[in-house]
Amino acid sequence: MENFRYLKPAAIDKALSLKKELGSKARFLLGGTDLFIQMDKGFVVPETVIDLKGIDELKGIEKKDGYVYVGARVTWTQLIESDLIRKEFPALWEASDIVASVGVRNTGTLVGNICNAVPSLEGGSPLLAYNAAVLVKSSQGEREIPAADFFTGVKKTALADDEMVTGVKIPVKNGKFGEVYVKMGRYEGEDLAQAGVAVVVDDKNNYRIALNAVAPTPVRAEKAEALLSGKKLDESLAEKAAELALESISPISDIRSSKEYRLHMCRVMVKRALMASVSRMETGKPALNTRLI
Amino acid sequence: MNHTVKFNLNGSPVEVQVKSNEKLLDVLRDKLGVTSPKFGCGVGECGACTVLIDGLSVRSCITFAVEVEGKNVVSLEGLQADGPTKIQKAFIKNNAFQCGFCAPGFVMSATELIEKNPSPTEEEIRHALAGNLCRCTGYKNIVDAMNEVSQENKEEGR
Repeated sequence: MENFRYLKPAAIDKALSLKKELGSKARFLLGGTDLFIQMDKGFVVPETVIDLKGIDELKGIEKKDGYVYVGARVTWTQLIESDLIRKEFPALWEASDIVASVGVRNTGTLVGNICNAVPSLEGGSPLLAYNAAVLVKSSQGEREIPAADFFTGVKKTALADDEMVTGVKIPVKNGKFGEVYVKMGRYEGEDLAQAGVAVVVDDKNNYRIALNAVAPTPVRAEKAEALLSGKKLDESLAEKAAELALESISPISDIRSSKEYRLHMCRVMVKRALMASVSRMETGKPALNTRLI
Repeated sequence: MNHTVKFNLNGSPVEVQVKSNEKLLDVLRDKLGVTSPKFGCGVGECGACTVLIDGLSVRSCITFAVEVEGKNVVSLEGLQADGPTKIQKAFIKNNAFQCGFCAPGFVMSATELIEKNPSPTEEEIRHALAGNLCRCTGYKNIVDAMNEVSQENKEEGR
């Protein structure tokens, strides 16, 4: 690995002015579980690494004015250990608990995950299904990017060179809801998703479905959502919706699975995730982390 | 860029000169003589390089040495300062090693688990250790050892 300049500012403003000055020659570092490997392999050769772990403003999970704010420094482990996330955002909780391994979850962050923006990312589908927003700052000001617009391609985001993601903002739901994240991987512990599905339903029969690892970016299954909207779910409706969800994805064949297998399994997973979400809303079962595939 | 990094290693303060691009694993092994963390995959997937940083298990092969400034770093050498721990004794009793290369990483991950959850179920044990790979496939004995630790802790009311 090339040597680089390592800086650890204590304030957001300092980090932003450095980024404005250095642009793409500098990279922000959070847990580093993705960036380190890219640097080690020579895929990314930053002149300067700006470690954000000295900035206290980026810490913490907070509920305020109808939203839950997750700071950029919040690790997967902190999400898993948060009662708020477990109770109010079970799909995000389930996704967090299945990212890689404990050793990676202890340092890796949700914000780092979405900034890295690989198609298999675990953090993308729940955020899309929540209609979450990505909070962005630069030395010019700040803006919010809807999660669905944040991902622009494989490893590409809407972020400009002088911008930083300071956190994400997730709307709190009113009334009853049920959620599921289901991941297909080859083994537990580090394997990237072959496919992932997040489903959020509420008692007014609104359905939101998002998938990862089956398109260049995480995607919403809008046609399936439209079919389901306002209707009470039963098995045959779930099957039709699952079929329709395939029109929103464009999986490729790679080392982890073939396109055909991904298409087949997405249909299975969307159906089971829909049924399980409604069942969770009505009965509290299946329990979190129950294997659906 | 060069740095003087100061941190606590296995209970003692250390000070070491490193470049920004030096890995914690290499610094521990080559500069500080701590050789229980092993280089396995080098990309954070196998867990052989696991150490505890401020009580949390971390992959030292994908951590920059400069990142541990001011932190508490514990390796197997630190755990067994007063002889083998309960977890290590259970590993020995259950023959939870074959070649032994993965064992330090397993013991570190297991130590974090038991700190957080003294009497885990077998499912919890398997979930917590899923990120440690044993190429000899000695998983059964490792899980047996951890079940025993869990049972002992339960009997002791932990």
